[in-house]
Amino acid sequence: MIDPFVFQLSIFVLAIFVGYFVIWSVTPALHTPLMSVTNAISSVIVVGALLAVGAHLAADASIASKIFGFFALVLASVNIFGGFLVTQRMLGMYKKKG
Amino acid sequence: MISANLAALLYLVAGILFILALRGLSSPATSRRGNMLGMIGMAIAILTTLAVTGPSDWLSWVLIVAGIAIGGLIGAFLARNVKMTQMPELVAGFHSLVGLAAVCVAAAALYAPTAFGIFENGRIRMESLIEMSLGVAIGAFTFTGSIIAFSKLSGRMSGKPILLPSRHAIHIVLGVVLVALIVTFVVTSEPIWFWIITIIALALGILMIIPIGGADMPVVISMLNSYSGWAAAGIGFTLGNTALIITGALVGSSGAILSYIMCRAMNRSFISVILGGFGAEEGSAGAAAEETRTVKQGAADDAAYLMKNASKVIIVPGYGMAVAQAQHAVREMADALKKNGVEVKYAIHPVAGRMPGHMNVLLAEANVPYDEVFELDDINSEFAQTDVAYVIGANDVTNPAAKTDKSSPIYGMPVLNVEDAGTVLFVKRGMAAGYAGVQNELFFRDNTMMLFGDAKKMTEQIVKALAG
Repeated sequence: MIDPFVFQLSIFVLAIFVGYFVIWSVTPALHTPLMSVTNAISSVIVVGALLAVGAHLAADASIASKIFGFFALVLASVNIFGGFLVTQRMLGMYKKKG
Repeated sequence: MISANLAALLYLVAGILFILALRGLSSPATSRRGNMLGMIGMAIAILTTLAVTGPSDWLSWVLIVAGIAIGGLIGAFLARNVKMTQMPELVAGFHSLVGLAAVCVAAAALYAPTAFGIFENGRIRMESLIEMSLGVAIGAFTFTGSIIAFSKLSGRMSGKPILLPSRHAIHIVLGVVLVALIVTFVVTSEPIWFWIITIIALALGILMIIPIGGADMPVVISMLNSYSGWAAAGIGFTLGNTALIITGALVGSSGAILSYIMCRAMNRSFISVILGGFGAEEGSAGAAAEETRTVKQGAADDAAYLMKNASKVIIVPGYGMAVAQAQHAVREMADALKKNGVEVKYAIHPVAGRMPGHMNVLLAEANVPYDEVFELDDINSEFAQTDVAYVIGANDVTNPAAKTDKSSPIYGMPVLNVEDAGTVLFVKRGMAAGYAGVQNELFFRDNTMMLFGDAKKMTEQIVKALAG
């Protein structure tokens, strides 16, 4: 049996390569939107927060984990909404001649 | 409830949508669609998580809805109201939130290991402890480091490097202590070590960023971008979540590539930026000898006359344009020139401003079409066929000494060849040296005319003179 960690590591390494090629093709004019959108997508860490907040208190969660989860949920939501919307706002300003 | 296999596939879809979101940024024309795909990916990831774990009680649902609503409102408010000149500090602020969120998620996993599926044989799995401690260390470092970067960028803290004595030794000791603590935590799985790791990483974040000066912020902000990605990936391994692992890898490599591009544009090694203080090293101040040469000085009318009679003008913006909020005045000036039949282009150095692409966003905000804006490599050969170069708020990136003077601290840095233009108009408040503490050779050239004054006021006066 192969450990699931090995599969995850394979995905991780391949994604680094994908990232390498995709990022080099980003036009320098859009480097600021690139940073704000990477901010937004790295907030997919929200899945961990949802897991903690949603866990059943009596069965397998503690008050502490719920509180930390809720805090993480708020922070990640700020980033998700703020990141995507500010990116959209910036991209809306880039216009061609004419 | 949906099956774990279906959920895994949906997370993969979310990851791919994120890749496409970044891919869209290869051109402004496709970028908005890319951003939409990113939003869809995020929605899929969130809905999948809710469908899989299915919060069992109403309290959980209330907390989830409230959390998303509170965060979402704050985020939307920030996105709508932030000024484009404040973009660097907003991004630094967002980085700090990702870092803190990573710390919180790791802590939540520590106190609810069964909910996260990392509990085995009466203790948390060892791999999970490793991933968790790496995630929390990088997250905590990103949090405080970004707070310092935010404070420097927003002017709440001086942009000057703050150099503690024997700081390198302190960093190394703390780094070693951190590794030792991670090992201890993994072996004992006692929560106390988790929190000590967090505290040390928080301190390291502060100490590593305070020695770095304002103009090196493009590197720092890219580096913190990268770290926020690696922190997310660390948590992704703990959760075994593909979307998070893919995203972490994408963001991590994105930040790393941006840091590399910024370092290359300053001809500095990544290490030397991180070790802190451009021009802070002893000895480099020797070049600041007493200046006796004279400069040619002009007024707005002279500048307007020169540019009106030119056939081609290249505008070179820098951080000073952002500080003076002069981007709209610059575009008005360009419009007035174009009306007179003058060809106008913009030349942007990769490290102009305080973050990658900073100038491009400001010009876009002022309605400058993006096909008039060019990068260093694409436009540098054109200065020789240009009548007037209008330098506004840039300094070190135009210094010809970087090409000739081996003793200069900025020697070897790629610069814009503005001195090749017929006339260089240099807007500047006074004769102070640039960030690197080097005198700009350009000021004393025969074909340079200094326009002393505030960047915005000077440009507005030129617009008036062009109209009159």
